[in-house]
Amino acid sequence: MKSLSDRVVARLHADMQLPDLTGTRYNLLQYLACGGMGSVWLAEDTVLKRRVALKVLDLAAPADGLDVRLLREARILARLEHHGIVPVHDAGTLADGRAFCCMKYVEGQTLAQQIATLNLPDRLRLLERIAEPLDFAHARGFIHRDLKPDNVMIGAFGEVLVMDWGLAKVGVTSLEGGEAEIATAVQTTQHSLRVTGQGIVLGTRGYMSPEQARGDIEVDHRSDIFSLGAILTFMLTGSAPEELAASGTVPRPLRAICEKAMAADPNARYQSGREMTADITHYLNGEPVSAYTEGLLERSGRVFVRHRTAVVLVAVYLIMRVLFILFARR
Amino acid sequence: MTRHSLVLAAQSNDPATRSRAIEAIAAAYWRPVYKYVRMKWNIAPEDAADFTQEFFTRLLEKEFLDSYESSKGRLRTFLRTCADRLFMNQERDSKRLKRGVGSAHLSLDFIEAEQELARELRSGTPEDSFDKEWVRSIFVLGLARLQAICESGGKLIHFELFERYDLEDADPKPSYAQLATEFGLATTDVTNYLAFARREFRRCVLEQLREMTTSEEEFRREAQALLGVKLT
Repeated sequence: MKSLSDRVVARLHADMQLPDLTGTRYNLLQYLACGGMGSVWLAEDTVLKRRVALKVLDLAAPADGLDVRLLREARILARLEHHGIVPVHDAGTLADGRAFCCMKYVEGQTLAQQIATLNLPDRLRLLERIAEPLDFAHARGFIHRDLKPDNVMIGAFGEVLVMDWGLAKVGVTSLEGGEAEIATAVQTTQHSLRVTGQGIVLGTRGYMSPEQARGDIEVDHRSDIFSLGAILTFMLTGSAPEELAASGTVPRPLRAICEKAMAADPNARYQSGREMTADITHYLNGEPVSAYTEGLLERSGRVFVRHRTAVVLVAVYLIMRVLFILFARR
Repeated sequence: MTRHSLVLAAQSNDPATRSRAIEAIAAAYWRPVYKYVRMKWNIAPEDAADFTQEFFTRLLEKEFLDSYESSKGRLRTFLRTCADRLFMNQERDSKRLKRGVGSAHLSLDFIEAEQELARELRSGTPEDSFDKEWVRSIFVLGLARLQAICESGGKLIHFELFERYDLEDADPKPSYAQLATEFGLATTDVTNYLAFARREFRRCVLEQLREMTTSEEEFRREAQALLGVKLT
């Protein structure tokens, strides 16, 4: 066989990457992104005439169980119907043997991409909207385990969606039928994973809790609270969570909220997303936060800021009153 | 997991097994090695051809491959390093073989490789060129497999369509409707036959890659290198 020109090699290279959608209801539109396990494509659902995102593995029947993981992720998403969690539409195997998962196509940016455009109150309100679907998942026995700014999408109309549930842990109470089998069959080899003597470590350094990093088997929903604290730190400092101590610009109550969420001991953390966001709401309203004991001066300053108009009016009244008395004595 | 690995066969003590395996490895690597030495050391085409033959002779004599361990790196990186080492040793010892002396019995078309080199845009480092040539070789071998499969399965028309649409360097490419007229098929058949050929081509390339690696881990790394490049 004769050799191939550079252009033909490039064309074949592109062909090799295209998912084979023969026999499916999808038409390929464009490449979107690639990750550790495969790539994501924009496609058209020809029956419903809508755009969808197709997550497709690189290889058919991969030896590391990635196909099992993708199916598992699809099943988890199918169970988590919440406006803050990306919905799954379909999952299966393509003609070329590669596993795929069809999800809602979210037009927008990741939190990591959009953070610089938001002011402080908007950032804090955003965190409240990330915590809400997490609480929903926790109540159903699911733990995300890979929460980070890249896994939070902000849609074109401001909707916030928690993505990538591929590493989620399924609580025993939420398992039905063969799901327990799927949950235990998972093997992981992504770059973000490493194996320790105690178990398989899943997650992303900096955003995963200490117990998760140790590979503890008994990781619970408070591991996600740690990640939420790490995300808040990122939102406040614009840098990695480890940089919190070095950053002098974060207001003390917010720093305390971050520190409490990221406490090494899960018992010392907020016990739910709602508890953490309650503190954030208090901060936004100029009220004391549970994570921080303020001094007299700080409290006075906060009260002044919160009731500025009333304080000014009272002060003006008092000054007028004093002046009136002084003039009256003359 | 049992795998048919050319590299393991090339490390065999059975001369016949080893020879067959080295020939197969040479089929994938001779172009990358030839073009690499031409680019990196800027040596004459005849010297580069002698060097390439010498390199694969050494492989056949188990001089290099016995020390290869897949856990320490990719085969292609290992072979490139071996080529560097052989060249530098020859330079140092001034024992460069005269043309045609001591060559392996491999039938390699250096004239065609030289013509390709003249046509190609020389961009990037010699190392980049080595990797690029490796991809080209894997694709060429994958295509040979695809052709054999199509011929034996009575699907030669699938291959011919694939050849016409994907392998010809024409710009613009013919439309599916034009191909349908040309081959006397319905347009939907053209779509389906091309989908089949592309699917099988992908499978053939991955099979080829699997044979060129010694472990599942290395296979996945190489497959990712081959498939994981972002499209623009």
